[in-house]
Amino acid sequence: MTNFDPETIHDVEGVPIHSVHRHDVVIVGAGLAGMRAAYEASSEFDVAVLSKVFPTRSHSGAAQGGVAASLANEEEDHWEWHMFDTVKGSDYLGDQDAIEVLVKEAPVVVREFEHMGCPFSRTPEGRIAQRKFGGHTKDFGKGGPVLRACYAVDRTGHALLHTLFEQCVKNEVRFYPEFHALSLIVRDGVCRGVVAWDIMNGGAHVFHAKTVMFGTGGYGKAFKITSNALANTGDGLSLVLRAGLPLEDMEFVQFHPTGLYRQGILVSEAVRGEGGYLLNKDGERFMERYAPEKMELAPRDLVSRSIQTEINEGRGCGENGDYVHADLRHLGEEKIMKQLPQIHELAWKFLHVDCIKDPIPIQPTAHYSMGGIPVDIDCQVLADGKEKPVTGFYAAGECACVSVHGGNRLGTNSLLEASLFGRRAGKSIVRFLRETRKFPELPADAAKDALAEVERIISADGPEKPGLLREELQEKMMIECGIFRDAEKLGKLENWLKELEARFEKIGIDDRSEKFNYDLLEAIELGHMIEFAELIVAGALRREESRGAHSRTDFPDRDDKKWLKHTLAWKHGGKIDFDYKPVTITRFQPQERKY
Amino acid sequence: MAMITFRINRFNPDDERRGHYMQEYQLDVEKGMTLLDALNEIKWKQDGTLTFRRSCRSGICGSCAMTINGVNNLACETQVLEFGGSTITVEPMRGYPVVKDLVVSLDPLIRGLLAVKPYLISHSPPPSDQERLQSPEEREKIDGLYECILCGSCTSSCPSFWADKEYIGPHAALKAYRFVADSRDEGSAEHLEALDDRHGLWRCHTIFNCVEACPKDLNPTKAISELKKELVRRRLG
Repeated sequence: MTNFDPETIHDVEGVPIHSVHRHDVVIVGAGLAGMRAAYEASSEFDVAVLSKVFPTRSHSGAAQGGVAASLANEEEDHWEWHMFDTVKGSDYLGDQDAIEVLVKEAPVVVREFEHMGCPFSRTPEGRIAQRKFGGHTKDFGKGGPVLRACYAVDRTGHALLHTLFEQCVKNEVRFYPEFHALSLIVRDGVCRGVVAWDIMNGGAHVFHAKTVMFGTGGYGKAFKITSNALANTGDGLSLVLRAGLPLEDMEFVQFHPTGLYRQGILVSEAVRGEGGYLLNKDGERFMERYAPEKMELAPRDLVSRSIQTEINEGRGCGENGDYVHADLRHLGEEKIMKQLPQIHELAWKFLHVDCIKDPIPIQPTAHYSMGGIPVDIDCQVLADGKEKPVTGFYAAGECACVSVHGGNRLGTNSLLEASLFGRRAGKSIVRFLRETRKFPELPADAAKDALAEVERIISADGPEKPGLLREELQEKMMIECGIFRDAEKLGKLENWLKELEARFEKIGIDDRSEKFNYDLLEAIELGHMIEFAELIVAGALRREESRGAHSRTDFPDRDDKKWLKHTLAWKHGGKIDFDYKPVTITRFQPQERKY
Repeated sequence: MAMITFRINRFNPDDERRGHYMQEYQLDVEKGMTLLDALNEIKWKQDGTLTFRRSCRSGICGSCAMTINGVNNLACETQVLEFGGSTITVEPMRGYPVVKDLVVSLDPLIRGLLAVKPYLISHSPPPSDQERLQSPEEREKIDGLYECILCGSCTSSCPSFWADKEYIGPHAALKAYRFVADSRDEGSAEHLEALDDRHGLWRCHTIFNCVEACPKDLNPTKAISELKKELVRRRLG
């Protein structure tokens, strides 16, 4: 490459020249993480944001209850308390250096959102209002629940997402809405861009970049009952795997205790934060048995297990005994309509339940991925999962694992993590670009794998229907890799996934056109889901302990001697390789976790 | 359980000669099934070519607005059995160019939105180590405004928009008023600029279709009349 001129536009085999774009920063995902990074970097550099949906349709907008920060607007609070709660909530698997960054910077990040125009609810003094949430306590867990979740009624995610979009518009961020990422271009440890499919017009585009950032979100759609959007298929995770990079702690999947019965749609934890009860078929506040002190305000992993236990032991409600009740009636109409209007609307529209008069049927729902792409506290993706960064590649938000959530995430820490680490990613990118004038070389075959994948699937005419395979996958993951797991179920599931992979080779789709072909894209998404599901299951099978959201009935105790460590997993050919790394512990030594 | 017939508008951009046509699908519908669930069932099990936008399934992302038995609504929030009849007609929202089947181009919607400078404009720097203060009463003034999900239902239902494709649209007016009414915003003149135009607010003839169409029960017509008052005040003042 002696005569290589980095400033010329490159030819990429199979892609027309007008479909090769060049930006200093290319961000995949327009949720809170992606747009917060875009906002940060766009003040100095040329930023493009690709998203498979229009930016305001990203799933950050579905978050309801709040964003955590120890503002102490309503009562005494300290970042040290927030840190203790987050470490304990993580079942001591969270990295404490990262958690310290999270809780210390939280007030700054939340106030910045206010400065951008976010319509937070207010205290009588005009400050940002705060409410209670599970696992957030006073005085290092010794006091009661603390008012820490900053909120905009029960539409906090929507308010934050739209505010960020507005600010990105103001900063003239270049959006490519409805572009579906197909592959990540990494060669020789240097990230060089991404290949994406133009959903509206059809056709692959190459985005040549000095830096790439992933804010691609979670993968709840691998499970049957989930709070996640149809778009949450975890594509970013398997794109990283396909680029030869590892994923971390994939076995930790959060089930949110309160999903609307059958639909799995989120019923905010604010329901419990505002004082709602959980009742079994006998009308008993069953949390008394599992968390006598914190009751409904125990963390999510514990509450979900408690609900599932009630159901499994025959104390569930309804004909099939497969749900419990969230009861708000004692809060009264005024409080419900003022603080929880969206919950009232959702319960009415989907279940025809008026939660002023009747309790809401709920069941645990797959909600959040604690694991993901290993990154350092500056959001650089780590090639070895430990310390060696991939040049020019960053990740933040749910797709990343930094790891602030460890084995279990506390409510309101996700909006915080996405925006705070999105902001840090933006700052890292700016630092990198100030030093880096040249674009990395774009290989001529950069789009080869992506084009081959599209070509193979768009012409696929085998007997297997992707829609049916997906349904089978979602059901098996829910039952065999759900709230309670054991070696037998996981082992069977591991083998079944190999069969599924083989069946996926024989799919057929109906739509052969290039324009707006969701038939094609849903099949591509299914391929991703099968790939990372194998990692979730394999990681869960190997981790022979119960910690946070990972609960093994055959290994019911936490085992710090053997398992106080992060899982790293790669895929080489058809084989999964594992490695482990220690947890960073600074201020708080692991203790027994009780609520 | 009931057998329901779905009459769905089809349009394939690769076959423009065929143009738009209605295709019928039958599906066993159980209680609780939303129109979006039904469309997914049809797509996944009967006909993979059927195309519609969708994402959150819970009425907050705004992807799946379409015309259902003649009225704009979100497919995910529509209970199939509540219509009572045995046939449901599903069409793309009117007023926007149709891309494929039920998918429309929302470019006119976004153009209108961007014209009102849809972001907080503040010339005085915020306090460095705390939030701006806003009383609960001031904050209440943007209730019913900030909740917009940009689904496009309102503007698609607006006869003024049907007649004038340059009309800025009720969604843009609602967004503008969300900032004009915000005690923290200092850019009213800038938000209003694009609205005081022959394709702006004066095109609104208070037909109230937008109010009826909004799946979030917001009231763009009220926002428009408040903005008209504001414009008149500025001219006279």
